Amino acid sequence: MSGLERLLLAIADDELVLGWRDSEWTGIAPVLEEDVAFSSIAQNEIGHARAIYELLSADSDALAFDRSPEEYRSSQLVELRFVPDWARTIARRVLYEAADELRLRRLMASEDPAVAGLAAKIDREEAYHRMHAELWHDRLREEPRYVSAVGQLFPYLLAMAEPDDHHALIALFEPKTVPSNTVLLAHERGSHAEGWAELWNEMTEVRRSVPGAAW
Amino acid sequence: MVTAEAVWSALAEVEDPEIPVVSLVDLGVVRDVQVDGERVHVEFTPTFLGCPALEVMRDRMAEAIEGLGGEADVEVVADDSWSTDRITPEGREKLRAAGFAPPAPREAAAPKLVQLQSQAFRCPYCGSTDTRLENIFGPTPCRSIRYCAGCRQPFEQFKTI
Repeated sequence: MSGLERLLLAIADDELVLGWRDSEWTGIAPVLEEDVAFSSIAQNEIGHARAIYELLSADSDALAFDRSPEEYRSSQLVELRFVPDWARTIARRVLYEAADELRLRRLMASEDPAVAGLAAKIDREEAYHRMHAELWHDRLREEPRYVSAVGQLFPYLLAMAEPDDHHALIALFEPKTVPSNTVLLAHERGSHAEGWAELWNEMTEVRRSVPGAAW
Repeated sequence: MVTAEAVWSALAEVEDPEIPVVSLVDLGVVRDVQVDGERVHVEFTPTFLGCPALEVMRDRMAEAIEGLGGEADVEVVADDSWSTDRITPEGREKLRAAGFAPPAPREAAAPKLVQLQSQAFRCPYCGSTDTRLENIFGPTPCRSIRYCAGCRQPFEQFKTI
């Protein structure tokens, strides 16, 4: 697997897992508008995951659901389960979209036209997720629970982001302390967050019960 | 003998699964049709990647082609070649008449929040531009919810992609 393919798989896994986590708000979000928003966002993220899996493999369902839990390249940031904590849920959306925008920009400049084309398509949809994040960030920026959630999740964000983007993300969020390499290592891709095994179990249950079931 | 023209006409009859007032040709998602003997190759560009209607669209296009006696080969091209600018003028008018405000033209950069919060969007019912953003997201990924202060009704606004 090339470096680009590893990056694409990491992005697809992030989008799949975050889509799954965001969909946990369907039906129980604090207001009806957010119920609708989180359902749509989840649907988009999972759609992005599928399109990237299709680029990487002729059998995208197998790639999405037939791997063992340790083979997933998702970041811990997206694996954490936050329901019913709205402050951390919104902090994750804001942080994630910032890093996702930076890595999409680089993919849009890829020499591989299929990668650049798909990244441009995804970016047009993500623009609406960024607006949603911006609205909430402005609304909660003085709210102590939100401020503390952003601080708490920042090390997870850097561990998720490409090293080339660390500088930009630190400038954007101005954390009180910049996480050390030891902290980042503890959160790096390939090691999984608490709750991941349970989520994997739920995500892959249909494929494991009915081998070959199509998405 | 199947002709490309007959295929285009047949696809112009295939309704969008979620907004049946427009056809797939009105939506501009059919990028190309190539006929080689019985084999009909269609290039299809998805609207939103997570749209649950995509599979239904693909199946309905294949059925329409098979109805002409052709052998359907529908290729999904997941790149940025489809945008809401590809919705035809007829398609936009059909959307508006059905109560969906057609999308604003696409610009070089993706839209920003300030644009959605501006009053540059027209109510499909009364034509007023005194409208405000209620929710970026709506009943499907492709629509937002706005409110018209002119006729005091909410309406669905197509997102620009």
